Formats: sequence, structure tokens, C-alpha cells
Amino acid sequence: MSSEKRVVFRATWLPWLLIAPQAAVVAVFFFWPAGQALLQSLQQSDAFGTSVEWVGLENFQHLWNDASYWASFQTTAVFSVLVAGLGLSISLCLAYFADRVVRGTSIYRTLLIWPYAVAPAVAGVVWLFLFSPSIGVVAYGLHHIGFEWDSLLNSHHAMALIVMAAVWKQLSYNFLFFLAGFQSIPKSLIEAAAIDGAGPWRRFWTIQFPLLSPTSFFLLITNITYAFFDTFGIVDAATKGGPGKDTAIMVYKVYFDGFKAMDLGGSAAQSVVLMAIVIVLTVVQFRFVEKKVNY
Amino acid sequence: MTLTALNLRLLGLGLLTSLCSLQAQAEIEIQWWHSMTAVNNEWVNDLAKNFNATQKDYKIVPVYKGAYDESMTAAVAAYRAGNAPAILQVFEVGTATMMASKGVVMPVGQIMKDAGYKFDPSVYVPAVAGYYTAPNGQMLSFPFNSSTTVFYFNKDAFKAAGISTDKAPATWPEVALAAAKLKANGHKCPLTIAWQGWTQLESFSSWHNVELATQGNGMRGLNTRLVSNTPLHVRHIENLGNMAKQGLFVYKGRANSAEGSFVSGECAMITTSSGFYGNVAKNAKFGFGVSTLPYYPDVPGAPQNTVIGGASLWVLSGKKPEEYKGVAAFFNYLSNAQVQSESHKRTGYLPITLEAYKLTEASGFYKDHPGTDTAVNQMIRKTTDKSRGIRLGNYVQIRSIEDEELEQVWAGKLSAKEALDNIVQRGNVLLERFEKANSAKP
Repeated sequence: MSSEKRVVFRATWLPWLLIAPQAAVVAVFFFWPAGQALLQSLQQSDAFGTSVEWVGLENFQHLWNDASYWASFQTTAVFSVLVAGLGLSISLCLAYFADRVVRGTSIYRTLLIWPYAVAPAVAGVVWLFLFSPSIGVVAYGLHHIGFEWDSLLNSHHAMALIVMAAVWKQLSYNFLFFLAGFQSIPKSLIEAAAIDGAGPWRRFWTIQFPLLSPTSFFLLITNITYAFFDTFGIVDAATKGGPGKDTAIMVYKVYFDGFKAMDLGGSAAQSVVLMAIVIVLTVVQFRFVEKKVNY
Repeated sequence: MTLTALNLRLLGLGLLTSLCSLQAQAEIEIQWWHSMTAVNNEWVNDLAKNFNATQKDYKIVPVYKGAYDESMTAAVAAYRAGNAPAILQVFEVGTATMMASKGVVMPVGQIMKDAGYKFDPSVYVPAVAGYYTAPNGQMLSFPFNSSTTVFYFNKDAFKAAGISTDKAPATWPEVALAAAKLKANGHKCPLTIAWQGWTQLESFSSWHNVELATQGNGMRGLNTRLVSNTPLHVRHIENLGNMAKQGLFVYKGRANSAEGSFVSGECAMITTSSGFYGNVAKNAKFGFGVSTLPYYPDVPGAPQNTVIGGASLWVLSGKKPEEYKGVAAFFNYLSNAQVQSESHKRTGYLPITLEAYKLTEASGFYKDHPGTDTAVNQMIRKTTDKSRGIRLGNYVQIRSIEDEELEQVWAGKLSAKEALDNIVQRGNVLLERFEKANSAKP
């Protein structure tokens, strides 16, 4: 404790003043909406909000009794694992090679960062056009090599479609962090290992990958959160949750019930459940996965 | 020095703006939120422009607020914040929600009467007027763009397959036969379906004079429940499921996404909205025909009439009395048979009054454009308690339940009976919720 540098403010109001802007932002944009969601999840109201009735836990009870809601847990789990897993490994791979590129680095990197500027709904539409069974270029190509692509009725194809779009969209973000991570690893370590006779594969697994673990851990959490919360635009544009409900991930149902069907109580209850899941997941990740991280 | 100059200039600017607003005050602006795009957006703007030119007291300002569901959500948010528009265009799926929102909506009949206009609901096409009339007989919204479900077929593809194009296939057995011939001729997509819930369950029911839901499909009250798993419904969905298995019916997605595959010539037959006519007429590079929705000839009472789609205009509360006078004047203008007939010819939406229909017929329009009267003929009949219309709460969600479960049949994962039972069971949970949320009011 004594070795830690501690700054002590003389005036007691100063620290409060300094964190006030940040606290205000968090309160207005995070705690207030979250509180509203909690309140609304206990209410049932008509579309225009002219009659509001407190219904206790009834909205949650409806979810509990809805078999399709339970199915959406599994869909969400599959989707999130795929998005986070594929997203992290592909971008790690890209960053590894981008780190070794000598010429044309900036062009290469700029191209990889581009997709981040695309809105989720637009990403969904772009991939939908590529893979649409009737008009999609890729679907047409697949047909010619004898693969019948049908994302409208085949749930695996539909899931593959939204995973591809979601991963592609998040690739740039992951890439940026991994690239920065690679560049912060001292060259001397890698050179020393090379002199000792370690090949690129060995150097990657024994030096670079462990030293990247803080970055990987951070990205794991942001990617899981992204897959849980930010992907409804992609689903809405690409599959609308179909075929059946096979790509209706939880956040899409929140969006659909709240903004399209105007069932605010039901939608709020779902977002409360979603919020709880993500809180638990993040705690679990910090508790167990973080132990394996070397800072 | 410069500061004073600036102040003076600002003062001048202030004076100028107040002068402008004085001038604008003479004319009352009325906001009209709608969801019409492309050719139909031009139509809406022309209606407003022409009305504004007829008088000086009011100015209708049409504003495009996104697709139907988006503009409705926007209006809900605006109403809660106190800036709702005076007129809102709401799709038929939102009708029950609007009707149940008492205090939010001003009944159209009332507004017309208050402004001193004669308003006679009986001049409207019965299926249209009945749909927007409350159980107590009061007409709540103003019928605007109404459509219904019809059948289109590609005449060139029919000829190539050796099928006569003199008469369109009128029944489902005839459609299946035509599809089989098309397939034998190498056609990849003989039949497709747009708006599957609307065309194959909702309109299908009223066309065969059977209920989709109790209480006259929800027209008589909120305590309505789905009954769309009768043997007739099962038979039809089973038939379509079998056609899907044999490659006679090819599923092309939810809502109207199948329409593109008809226009491109990929699919030879389609059931969809009568409002699709303009698109086909403009973009199809082949001869096409429009005909009535197919039916089962052995069902007594079929064909009855098809159900209404499209949208109507709702007047929202909380505005000044002068604004409502302006709204009434605008609606009075829209009720003019000449205006309605022109709109019908221009858009393919139904003529909403009987007089407009007669006027259009007298102009020879139907003779010059064969098939354009199909929708009218399907709708103009006398309706029954089972066919008057379908008005369900939480309809948006029920529509997507219909999509989800029907897709399972087309994919061969569920039998027709299982899927329809699921629709009834899941839909009824939503209907119960809607009843509960909306009957709590005084």
C-alpha cells in the first residue's frame, strides 16, 4: 500500500466536481434509461400511454410461459459464441499479418478499418443482397457450383448469413485493438526468441499470444456485448428473425416488440432480462477468465 | 459602433421574422404524416397542393415519416411529447390499436359534423366503411388508400407451357394444375406468395366466408380469439405445403419481397396486393393478367369478398378547433367523387365510394386497362359478419407469428395442422393481453 502513489485532494468538493461530467453522462445515458426499463417492465400500457396499469411481474410471467422466448436463449447463445469466436480469431489473424506487412501498410490498414463506418442495418442489407436466393451474386455462384443456398427457409443458412454480417461489421474494431496490441510487444523479446531458434508459429503462441491476453480479454467482453445488444439492425435487415424464429435473437425481439409492435411493457421486461444476463456474463468473465490474463 | 450595427441588424431580422409569422398566421398549417413513397408520394403531395389551391384558410403540409410501422411509432412518440400531427395515415394492421386508444383519436364523423359538412358513411364501399366503423356505428377514421388481395399471372410463361390465357385459373385446383404444367415445361418457380398471412389466412378466410377469429374477426369486440385452424384452413395450408415440397410453390420471403420475383419473370403466378398493379404495369417485360384470388369451389359461400388492406387517415386529439375545421375541409375535398376516381386510376388503390367507382367505369378506364376492376369486384359485394374485415389487437405481432409458423410448413418442419394450432395458441395469448391492456380504461 505504501508504495502506491496516492494523490490526495485538499478540497473535498474538487474530486466530485471533476467526475461530475462523467457521472452526469453515465446517469443520463445509462442509469436513467435502465431505470425506465425497470419501471416499464412492471407496467402494461396501450400504445399511446393513455392508460398505464401496474401489473407487477406479469410481463416476466408471460416470458416465462412463452416457449419461443426460451428458444431465443439458445439462438442467442449460438449467435454470440459464433460472432465473438469467429470475430476474434479472424481479426487476430488479420492483425498478425498486418503487423508483419512492410509496404503499403496504411492502405492495407485503412481498408480493414472501413467496415466499422458502416451502420449495422446497412451491413445487413449488403450481405442480404450478396446472399439473397433470387438475386444475390454469391447465391448465384453457389448455385453454379451445386450448392443450393436458401437463407429464407434453411435456418443454418440464415444463421450463417447474420453471423457473417455481424462478424464483418465488428472485424475492424477488433483488428485495431489487436494491431495496437501486437505493436506494443517489444521487438527485443521476439528477436531473442528467434535467435534461440523459435519459429514464427512458436513465437506467436509462446510470446505474442500470451502478451496479447489483456487485449483479447477486453475484446471478448466487448464482442459478447456487441453480439447481445448491437446486432438487431443486422437481423432486421437480413432475416427478420426467420425462418420461423430461428434467427430471432433476444435483442431483436426486444426491438421488434417495442418499436414495431409497440408492446412497451413486454419489450421492457425482455430488456431487463437481457441486461441481467449481460451483467452476469461480464461478472463471470471478470471472475474466471481474467485470472488467465497477464497484465 | 459595430456592436450597435449588429444589434440594429438583428432587430431588423426580428421584425422581418415576426412579419412573416403574421402572414403565416392567416393560414392555418395542418400537419399530415404519411408513409407513401415514389409514385404514391407524388400523389399525396398533389392532393395537398390541389386542396391548398382551392382555398386560402388552411394549408395541408404532407410529411413522409417512414414506412407504416415507423410513422405510427413516430406519432406515438410525438403524441407523448405533445407534438403529434393533426392527421396520421395508419395501416390496417394498426386499426385496432388506434380504435382502442380512446382520447387520442377524434372520430372523423364527429369532426365533419362539427364543421358543418354532411358526412354519410353509406356512400362508401361497404367493406371499406365497415372496417373503419366502431361497434357503435361511428366511423372513426377516414378511408384513404384501400387495397385488397388479388392474383397475377405471367401470360407469356403460360403460353410457353401450353396453358390457355383466355381465362385465369380461378380455383386452387386450377392453380395447382397450371403450376404442374409450368414445372413440366421447366419453369423454376410456378407460384409464389407475397404477404402470406394476409393473402393465405386472412383474405382466404373471408373469401371463403369463414371466420379467422371470433366476434366477427374482432370487429365486434376486444374479446376476440383466433380460430384459423379449421379443417378448411388446414387443407389449404397442407396443399400449399405439398406444392412447396414438389417445387410448384416457391417461398420468396416475408411481406412483399416475393413481388420482385414476379416482375423479373422468375415466378409465373403470385398472390399479393392490388396495389402491386402499378409496379407490374411499369416494370414487367411480359404480358400479364390480373384476376381474382383463387378459391375452393366446393366450399359453400365461396367466393365471398376479400379483406381490406392499405391505410386510413386518423385525426389526433389535442389540436385547436380551427385546425379541425381545416381537417374537415380537407376530408370534404378528398370525398369528392372526381378526386377519388382520379386517385383510383392513378394508384391502383380502390375507389372508396360507390360513386367514384361508377364514374371510373363510365370513363371507360376498366375497358382500357383490363384487370384493374378485379379488386373492386372482389370488394364491392355485400359483406357478411364473417367477411366484413379483420380487426385484431397486437396485429403486427400476430402477422409475424403467421409468418414464422407458415415458414415452418414451407420448410417441411411442421405439418399444416401443427403450424395453424401454434398460430392460434400464440396469437390468442397476444389477443388476451391486448384485451386486458385496453379494457382497463373507464
